[in-house]
Amino acid sequence: MRVMAQMAMVMNLDKCIGCHTCSVTCKQAWTNRTGVEYVWFNNVETRPGQGYPRRYEDQQTWRGGWKLNRRGRLALKDGGRFRKLFTIFANPKLPAIGDYYEPWTYDYETLTSAPLQEHTPVARPKSLISGKDMKISWSANWDDDLGGAPDHGDKDVLLAGIADKVRFEFQQTFMFYLPRICEHCLNPSCAASCPSGAIYKRAEDGIVLVDQDRCRGWRMCVTGCPYKKVYFNHRTGKAEKCTFCFPRVEVGIPTVCSETCVGRLRYIGLILYDADRVLAAASTPDEHGLYEAQRQVFLDPHDPAVIAEAERAGIPRDWIDAAQRSPVYALINRYRVALPLHPEYRTMPMVWYIPPLSPVVDVVRDTGYDAEDSGNLFAAIEALRIPVDYLAQLFTAGEVAPVDAVLRRLAAMRSYLRDINLGRDADESIPAAVGMTGEQMYDMYRLLALAKYDERY
Amino acid sequence: MTTRPDTAAHPAGLDDPLTDALVSTRRFFTRGEVSPDRRALYQVGGRQADTFYRDRWSHDKVVRSTHGVNCTGSCSWKVYVKDGIITWESQQTDYPSVGPDRPEYEPRGCPRGAAFSWYTYSPTRVRYPYVRGVLLEMFRAAKAAHGGDPVAAWRELVSDPETARRYKSVRGKGGLVRATWAEATELIAAAHVHTIKAYGPDRLAGFSPIPAMSMVSHAAGARFYNLIGGAMLSFYDWYADLPVASPQMFGDQTDVPESGDWWDAGYLIMWGSNLPVTRTPDAHWMAEARYRGQKVIAVAPDYADNVKFADEWLAVQPGTDGALAMAMGHVVLKEFFVDRQVEYFTDYVTRFTDLPFLITLEEADGGGYRPGKMLTAADLDEHADSEHAAFKTVLLDADGTPLVPNGSLGFRYGETGQGRWNLDLAGVRPLLSVDGGDEPPVEVLLPRFDGGSGQAGPMRRGVPVRRVAGRLVTTAFDLLLAQYGVRRVDLPGQWPAGYNDAEQPYTPAWQAAITGVPGPAAARIAREFAANAEQSRGRSMIIMGAGTNHWFHSDTIYRSFLALTTMTGCQGVNGGGWAHYVGQEKVRPITGYSVLGTAADWSRPGRQMIQTAYWYLHTDQFRYDPFSAATLSTGQDGGAFAGMSTADVIAASARMGWMPSYPTFDRNPLELADEAKAAGVPVADHIVGLLKAGELRFACEDPDAPENFPRILTVWRANLLGSSAKGNEYFLRHLLGTDHAVRADEAPPGVRPRDVRWHDEAPTGKLDLLVSLDFRMTSTTVYSDVVLPAATWYEKHDLNTTDMHPFVHSFNPAIAPPWQTRTDWDAFMAIAGEFSRLAATHLGTRTDVVAAPLLHDTPDELANPHGRVRDWKTGATDPVPGVSMPKLVPVERDYAAVAQKMGALGPLLDTLGATTKGVTFDVGREIDYLRQKNGTVRGGVADGRPSIARDVQACEAILALSGTTNGHLATQGFRTLEGRTGVKLADLSAEHEGKQITFADTQSRPTPVITSPEWSGSESGGRRYSPFVINVERLKPWHTLTGRQSFYLDHDWMAELGEWLPVYRPPLNMHALFGEPSVGDTGELGVTVRYLTPHNKWSIHSEYQDNLFMLSLSRGGQSIWMSKEDAAKIGVADNDWVEAVNRNGVVVARAVVSHRMPEGTVYMHHAQDRLIDVPRTETNGRRGGIHNSLTRLLIKPTHLVGGYAQLSFAFNYLGPTGNQRDEVTVIRRRAQEVQY
Repeated sequence: MRVMAQMAMVMNLDKCIGCHTCSVTCKQAWTNRTGVEYVWFNNVETRPGQGYPRRYEDQQTWRGGWKLNRRGRLALKDGGRFRKLFTIFANPKLPAIGDYYEPWTYDYETLTSAPLQEHTPVARPKSLISGKDMKISWSANWDDDLGGAPDHGDKDVLLAGIADKVRFEFQQTFMFYLPRICEHCLNPSCAASCPSGAIYKRAEDGIVLVDQDRCRGWRMCVTGCPYKKVYFNHRTGKAEKCTFCFPRVEVGIPTVCSETCVGRLRYIGLILYDADRVLAAASTPDEHGLYEAQRQVFLDPHDPAVIAEAERAGIPRDWIDAAQRSPVYALINRYRVALPLHPEYRTMPMVWYIPPLSPVVDVVRDTGYDAEDSGNLFAAIEALRIPVDYLAQLFTAGEVAPVDAVLRRLAAMRSYLRDINLGRDADESIPAAVGMTGEQMYDMYRLLALAKYDERY
Repeated sequence: MTTRPDTAAHPAGLDDPLTDALVSTRRFFTRGEVSPDRRALYQVGGRQADTFYRDRWSHDKVVRSTHGVNCTGSCSWKVYVKDGIITWESQQTDYPSVGPDRPEYEPRGCPRGAAFSWYTYSPTRVRYPYVRGVLLEMFRAAKAAHGGDPVAAWRELVSDPETARRYKSVRGKGGLVRATWAEATELIAAAHVHTIKAYGPDRLAGFSPIPAMSMVSHAAGARFYNLIGGAMLSFYDWYADLPVASPQMFGDQTDVPESGDWWDAGYLIMWGSNLPVTRTPDAHWMAEARYRGQKVIAVAPDYADNVKFADEWLAVQPGTDGALAMAMGHVVLKEFFVDRQVEYFTDYVTRFTDLPFLITLEEADGGGYRPGKMLTAADLDEHADSEHAAFKTVLLDADGTPLVPNGSLGFRYGETGQGRWNLDLAGVRPLLSVDGGDEPPVEVLLPRFDGGSGQAGPMRRGVPVRRVAGRLVTTAFDLLLAQYGVRRVDLPGQWPAGYNDAEQPYTPAWQAAITGVPGPAAARIAREFAANAEQSRGRSMIIMGAGTNHWFHSDTIYRSFLALTTMTGCQGVNGGGWAHYVGQEKVRPITGYSVLGTAADWSRPGRQMIQTAYWYLHTDQFRYDPFSAATLSTGQDGGAFAGMSTADVIAASARMGWMPSYPTFDRNPLELADEAKAAGVPVADHIVGLLKAGELRFACEDPDAPENFPRILTVWRANLLGSSAKGNEYFLRHLLGTDHAVRADEAPPGVRPRDVRWHDEAPTGKLDLLVSLDFRMTSTTVYSDVVLPAATWYEKHDLNTTDMHPFVHSFNPAIAPPWQTRTDWDAFMAIAGEFSRLAATHLGTRTDVVAAPLLHDTPDELANPHGRVRDWKTGATDPVPGVSMPKLVPVERDYAAVAQKMGALGPLLDTLGATTKGVTFDVGREIDYLRQKNGTVRGGVADGRPSIARDVQACEAILALSGTTNGHLATQGFRTLEGRTGVKLADLSAEHEGKQITFADTQSRPTPVITSPEWSGSESGGRRYSPFVINVERLKPWHTLTGRQSFYLDHDWMAELGEWLPVYRPPLNMHALFGEPSVGDTGELGVTVRYLTPHNKWSIHSEYQDNLFMLSLSRGGQSIWMSKEDAAKIGVADNDWVEAVNRNGVVVARAVVSHRMPEGTVYMHHAQDRLIDVPRTETNGRRGGIHNSLTRLLIKPTHLVGGYAQLSFAFNYLGPTGNQRDEVTVIRRRAQEVQY
């Protein structure tokens, strides 16, 4: 056992209102400067949708993350690192600026300075790349709220296997939001891709950073990251990425995206994990086993043996305390409502998600279905508008059961609390049906619903 | 089901042994530690290469501020400053706690707010004063020609039509040149002085909306205009955010629960309110309350952002929400009042609503009866002589004996009502229904409007009756059941056969055909809503928003909603009732703000104008209405409105003193006062004499006569011409006199106004001067004659409050106003200074006469018993000021002293105190305090008065003079109210009697306010604010005729429209009214669709669409959302250029095609100004318009009712709404190559 500590995040998508405050505060703080105009360390995607950059999840094209080679050994999807060393000067597998978007501004000053003229002055868009007039045809968030979905929603990579379950029709509409930052993976393929050794994982907290002095701008990391969360600064010629706001985290304040999250859906916490088991877990043959394998890498911070090993590894007492109080650990391992994003990339991502509930489909709504019957209300998981298969594509490499289990827990919590809310006796059979005690369920409710500042971070 | 990774079968490793060997050499070349399995490189923190990010995250100071207008979020922000430069902002998290068992407020905010600092240094920032070059040159020349007299210069400019046309016709076409503050303010002051002299002060107007969000900035200009006698234009009604149903039903402007109270609800319907977009900082409450077992329903035409959170989505056809609500009411009444009685509901409606009160029935022509007036004490022999008997409503006690209970309006004023204005029924259990009497039931004629055309059809339904004092009466409850079609046995008339009867209003099946919501779903939601209210004692809530509130007939929609929340006992209960969130206007420290804003410390009353009527007349939109107001009547012959245009109705309302009207007369009010003085008669007598003789007319009776034009408009904190101007193109044409895109025809002879004078040629360019103060360029600044550079919200001191949560917090300058920008307070002080200088020689001291309407919460509301219309113009009565016409109040104006008065709290407070909602506060103690706190003025008219020369001093004054921020005043106000009501109230604020919030408190962190009689809810003991809690828990009456929540409205005009009770009225039929094509028509010009302008995800509420961050996260310019079905009809693909054209104007935008949009409806989210990437149109070759280029004003006559109980005017309280939802447009794909 080699205990290491990792800063991790859980985002409760069920609470995400899609407001993009996180994106804006992050952008203002970190990437509001030349060379990274197109860069959003934090972005929010409407799903179904293509994401940012477009179709980043299409690893057939972008070759990000890891794969198991014929010998069952973990290899970078993009041809292994041996090959990387020899193709260092040519890296065609990068999203082009158009896949992100061509950033622009406007000639706003004309509104004030226009001479007397025939028409009302207007500010026209100008490319921040070329400086020329441009026609805006894509943005960092073009398909927000399903905009343009009938025309290009089918390009959502996740639909490949389940296209029959998603129709871009009014009656079948569903959507939810997916905020994304760097995953600060336990097994970062960006770092492994870097020929210069410029990307490193901080030993104390697992934050993955690009050493700006060592980066030589090869951009292998951009290809290597399956989440496309390493970006190329076209002015400095270096890679940049989300830093987990380490200058803030180091002094005990949450990341910008977390603290400014209006939906109050982000949790930050410390996870203790066994570094010796990461490689094996990431090499789990069956993709469906990766979620569980990663959970097993996390160590129980209350286990005396773990505590002893952690102390031996030099992890301070207050960090162990933080790991014990970690909301992230609780949501992942105690309540088991958080799931990893695309575990099949085998990077062991450390930003996890609670999948969203959604309204029931019309056929249920329009009939005599009675909401006051708790059994009825929350047994309708299969009638929710968001197909569970779609969520499974995101979080469990397509396996439906874990997603279904999370949604049932959330639904059961609502049902259980409704009795308490209305002053009725609590029905202990509800938590029991989803493998929880009433006390656990109440604690989970407090963490998810009350979500006090000092309990979120 | 845990599975351990199978590591035994395949030893884990990377790549292959050769790669391993090569990569492993890395450990010799790197400073960090390569993991033993060679996957990763570890380094310990504190590396040199971190420096860049550490430097980036460093700042010199963090300053608290917020955003000051149109956004009602009231979030507190941290503004970061480095090297004297604002770098960015993030949210404060130090709000007061809501309690240990609830989610907290933090970290309130939204992406629009987070992007605000972009404006500080952006190229759209207004850095210097600007004047249109043409105007400035002419002004300079004229001034030189007049010996340096700027007033004479202005007179010359505007007196010559050709000269005036030269600068007016180029408005909005560039050519702004830099000027100095001195020169710009001199021009502005000269224009004001000349206009007052030549036309009168009521030809000046100021517009700035929603003071709550930066009350000092708002008060700056409002105080100036009130001191000189200009009119301040309303905003809440103008924005159509005012729910007219609120004054109608509650006698209150709007009072709603704070967002934290959503948590308390057990059942929540989001109805036309897209919380994540419009209430971004608060949406989390809704998301979180679900975890507490709250069921959430979304009613929205499209799959809006909030639908994501709902358990069920009812995709209602736009504008038909009232039909759904009426059907839900049908179900609730049937299942919870008739089939079964719920004690909680019955008790609630008996004590807190007008449902048990008696309504007289009047015989109708052709048999049957019509609902009549409420029975009052005046009808009962033994009570007829009591004080204000006509305003004391009557019910029957359990024995069927008529009873005049406490609490009605008749007890609110006068001697005998002292201690009796309360809801205590003294143990009497009134009859809710008159069923069981000796009289046979009768049929009542009620209108229905579901016939497609919008015209009234008949409905005959029986009610039980009794005879009281010789009159046939029934109860409001009995009429309500008839209206909703809920039958009890043995009643005559036409009744629904059951829920599945689709023919008879208002069954679930009936609404299904209109709304598209299946009948069983509607019935079930209604049942669940009421059942939850029963189980939780009123914790069912409806959050209602602009999607249901911006329609022509939104008052009927809302009344049908409020019927649901009221009949289920949810109003006045934490977690229950209506939650109207559209344009939150709540200035929590209202008394102090009002004093400053209306300058009530120096002169009363101010001129406060209903902006919708103002622009309806002054932008000549009335000339384009080819139908009579009688179109809306139920009567065959148009009844009271026969032959009247809407303009005629406005004029009638004005001359009867119901609604304000400025300019008031077709003569300068200063001259009227001079004439009276010369004649030696009181000015009111003089005016009445002239009116009777026909020698003086109301200006609104001839709005196109030059002497009646509005001459000067100043806009600050607002974007009128790029945002809120419904009928934008009419503004450009008639008000400004520049290029426009109006395509409508004027009303043909025969349907033109009857009383209002018609000019064959409509004037253009009525306005002599448009001034705007802003920090960014908008259509308003682009079209302005003078633009003054304003400080942003991060560059000034101010105060901020909202409905959404009960605290007050501050603005503070992170940097001093840069370049030549100034705060609004500073700017208006400068204008006032220059004005006073010029006025000293040109105006001096004059007497003005203010025509003030009959006011709500004053004895004025007793002017018209039973709401009977008595128009003196028709000879129905005499013109008596304050009774049958406006009050006429002489006001002395020392024009040279305006600047001095601006900067000091005046002496009227010492003698008259400060009044809010009928409660007058003695503020002598506070004046003394402010003398010490702010210092006193030395010399001049304000000698010895507390100074408010600086914005911080103004903040202190507002806080000291309001009950919500001064516990002493709150308690004093409650004591006053205890005297009138006879119920205990002062304990509500006792816990904070010694607490006085200072500006420093608001700077340190958001500070909770104090329970005060200024509002109807209670925060006592740390509870969440919910309206009407004081009414329900302490039996304090609502400010209505009965003192109870009013289902029934018996005013003549309400009756004329058939709107005694909640009723369904469909969206206006634009085909029938204006000859527009019908929705769904597809032809050469495109497809005809319903045109809605909901709130924009990427603008700060209704402004600021130009922010680069927001544009980068959206589509980068104007866009119109449409369904894929409509797109297919006109061959449009996503992001194609489309052109939308109707009679009002033209818009060019990009299409956003989405399947979440319903067929037949497009959205052009507001506000989308014309300044960002808007090309020229194919239709007229000019710059495309804004979202409001396709809309126009349409006024509902009943919104103009006044002078009667709760249907009396108060500013932003009651007035015609500037609704814009009923519009349609033709939309088509246009050429994709565009010209700019």
